[in-house]
Amino acid sequence: MNVDERPFAQRTAEALADAHLRHTLRTVTTAILGYRRAGLGRLPASDGWRDHARRIRAHTLANLDRYLDQFAGAVEARGGHVHYAATAAEAVAYVRDLAIARGVRLAVKGKSMVTEEIDLNGHLERAGIRVVETDLGEYIVQLADDRPSHIVMPIMHMTRHQVADLFKRKIGATEEDVADIASMTQLARRVLREEFVNADMGISGCNFAVAETGSITTCTNEGNGRLTTTMPRIHVAMMGMERIVPTVADLGVMLQVLARSATGQNLTVYTNVVNGPRPREGDRAEGDGPDEFHVVIVDNGRSRVLASGQAEILYCIRCGACLNTCPVFHQIGGHAYGSVYPGPIGSVLTPAMHGMEKFDDLPQASTLCGACRDVCPVRIDIPRMLLELRAKGVAQGKSPLWVTAGIRAFVFAGVRPGLFRTAGALAARASRMLARGGWIRRLPGHLSAWTRSRDFPALAATSFQERWEDAKTAGVRDNRENPAR
Amino acid sequence: MSVVRVLERLGLQVECPAGQTCCGQPAFNAGYLDEARALARHTIDVLSRSDAPIVVPSGSCADMVIHQYASLLRDDGVYARKAEAVAGRTYELTQFLVDVMGTADVGAACHGRLAYHACCHGLRGLNVRREPEALLDAVTHATICPLAESDVCCGFGGLFSVKLPDISAAMLDRKLDRIEESGADTVVVTDVSCALHIEGGLRRRGSTVRVRHIADVLAETGAAR
Ligand code: SF4
Repeated sequence: MNVDERPFAQRTAEALADAHLRHTLRTVTTAILGYRRAGLGRLPASDGWRDHARRIRAHTLANLDRYLDQFAGAVEARGGHVHYAATAAEAVAYVRDLAIARGVRLAVKGKSMVTEEIDLNGHLERAGIRVVETDLGEYIVQLADDRPSHIVMPIMHMTRHQVADLFKRKIGATEEDVADIASMTQLARRVLREEFVNADMGISGCNFAVAETGSITTCTNEGNGRLTTTMPRIHVAMMGMERIVPTVADLGVMLQVLARSATGQNLTVYTNVVNGPRPREGDRAEGDGPDEFHVVIVDNGRSRVLASGQAEILYCIRCGACLNTCPVFHQIGGHAYGSVYPGPIGSVLTPAMHGMEKFDDLPQASTLCGACRDVCPVRIDIPRMLLELRAKGVAQGKSPLWVTAGIRAFVFAGVRPGLFRTAGALAARASRMLARGGWIRRLPGHLSAWTRSRDFPALAATSFQERWEDAKTAGVRDNRENPAR
Repeated sequence: MSVVRVLERLGLQVECPAGQTCCGQPAFNAGYLDEARALARHTIDVLSRSDAPIVVPSGSCADMVIHQYASLLRDDGVYARKAEAVAGRTYELTQFLVDVMGTADVGAACHGRLAYHACCHGLRGLNVRREPEALLDAVTHATICPLAESDVCCGFGGLFSVKLPDISAAMLDRKLDRIEESGADTVVVTDVSCALHIEGGLRRRGSTVRVRHIADVLAETGAAR
């Protein structure tokens, strides 16, 4: 998978040092959350819709095999092809071999998370096939040789000026071309139009596949997605194995909550439903659409998630709301998570899909404040799964020794009230020795990082229990002065 | 002691079972389930000595007892039932006052400009939302200052603030900025951990804003100034 191999600490340190990034993160996500609130507010009884959406996801995932079969049958009945890829390598190989067999030289591509996951672009380019991203954000990321930092807003980490510079360096933009955002968009549009005309293959993602009709659905706010699915003679839709709903009615429910949770829109501007290759005969004949239609269903670790305690994370419909609300994401941004899926969703999905070996840091990157669970349109209990992954990490011996030792000692005393009291009194005395004016400016050992930016209070000389007992015997509870803790 | 004072003022008799240590939430959150279970059993034993309602002045501990014990001890025949019984009579302090005792006015009076920070576990785990605000509204003489982003986490998260101290500090910074902008002289919280974190940050900044647990505010009756 496409991952950033540098240590988590290094990636977060870089992000924390970028004041501009943190400012943008906070202002953009605050605005988006406002739109979300308004968007859901316009949906009568939106909580009921969310419950309904969750039920649809739960039911689909519990019957995934059946719905995938039904979907594949429907696609094939209309003359399309379905390929099931167990691994990233298999998915890549299918698209690459197809492209080579059909003499494809240029492919245009719509925004798709699953293709990021398997690094499809890299593999195709190494096989001599040029791939052009057509979603404006993704196009910019591609020009910059960078990666997306948000599920819905891939370039939220970049400034307008960075994009202007990039356009000047990479596609020969003039000062006039980059004068404002509208003119930059116009320039990108002119460049991309050429690519659409010349492309032999269009590659799209898939927000939802519908089992009963064999349709795939893409949700975008740019016309590019639709051009990708209709202009080139071959179309390949890449879908994560879980991205399926049983019926068109279910699709309606999911679309209602997806756009509202992602951007606050009632519906994305281009909500595109594709039903296979262009029909050529009889009264179904149409003037546009691809000659060939392929769907690649990608597993790449999803079966493993399905069989684990974190199966619920596959309910995710990639709205990005949990990123926008996460106070940790606000500080470090998407790149720090080091893989395709950032934020709370990524902290569960990435280790669940690819194992804890490389990603045991991610489940730690949360205060378990629960904000993500609150906004998730399908009510995924992300904190619960983060806890499960942490427990898994501990069971695998991933936790630092000093943490284990500390917790063991604490619990050892915790079940022995007498010892707990003595240890508490000792800790209190030690803390008072370190303190000046009741506060400690520098804690020892592993705790010293804590006091880099905040003071730690000295512990009270007498515990609550002691004060309680004193008060009981003296009977003067109400008159006692009350220390802060 | 403030909690005791408030409850006694409402005519309740308060007992405090000896032998209480820790609910086990820190171990639980760090992924040490066996250790958390040991503390859970111990706490359940201590709390089972009486069958009075249990009032917890800290949202995260209350959430632990009310929601997590049952799942933690699911496979323990004896303690699973005990956990449920204990959870069933455990209340977070402000919820106990407002929802069980049915009063937001506990006769508190104090001067000051108070801002309320909603602690995460209480807020999202137990839905403690209106109760603290109602209680503070009823405090005689106090002025309430709205706190922007009051429901955004302060960045403590137990071991999170030790393991990822810089992210935690950045989150705290944001919280302290909002607190200072609010114009309050006192931030009121319902959880000891948030109090510890926010106060430590304010201290380091040299701020004059104080942090108080809601029980301390509610315990005050001396309003004359
Ligand atoms: S986990 Fe929920 S909130 Fe996060 S992206 Fe997925 S659906 Fe959206």
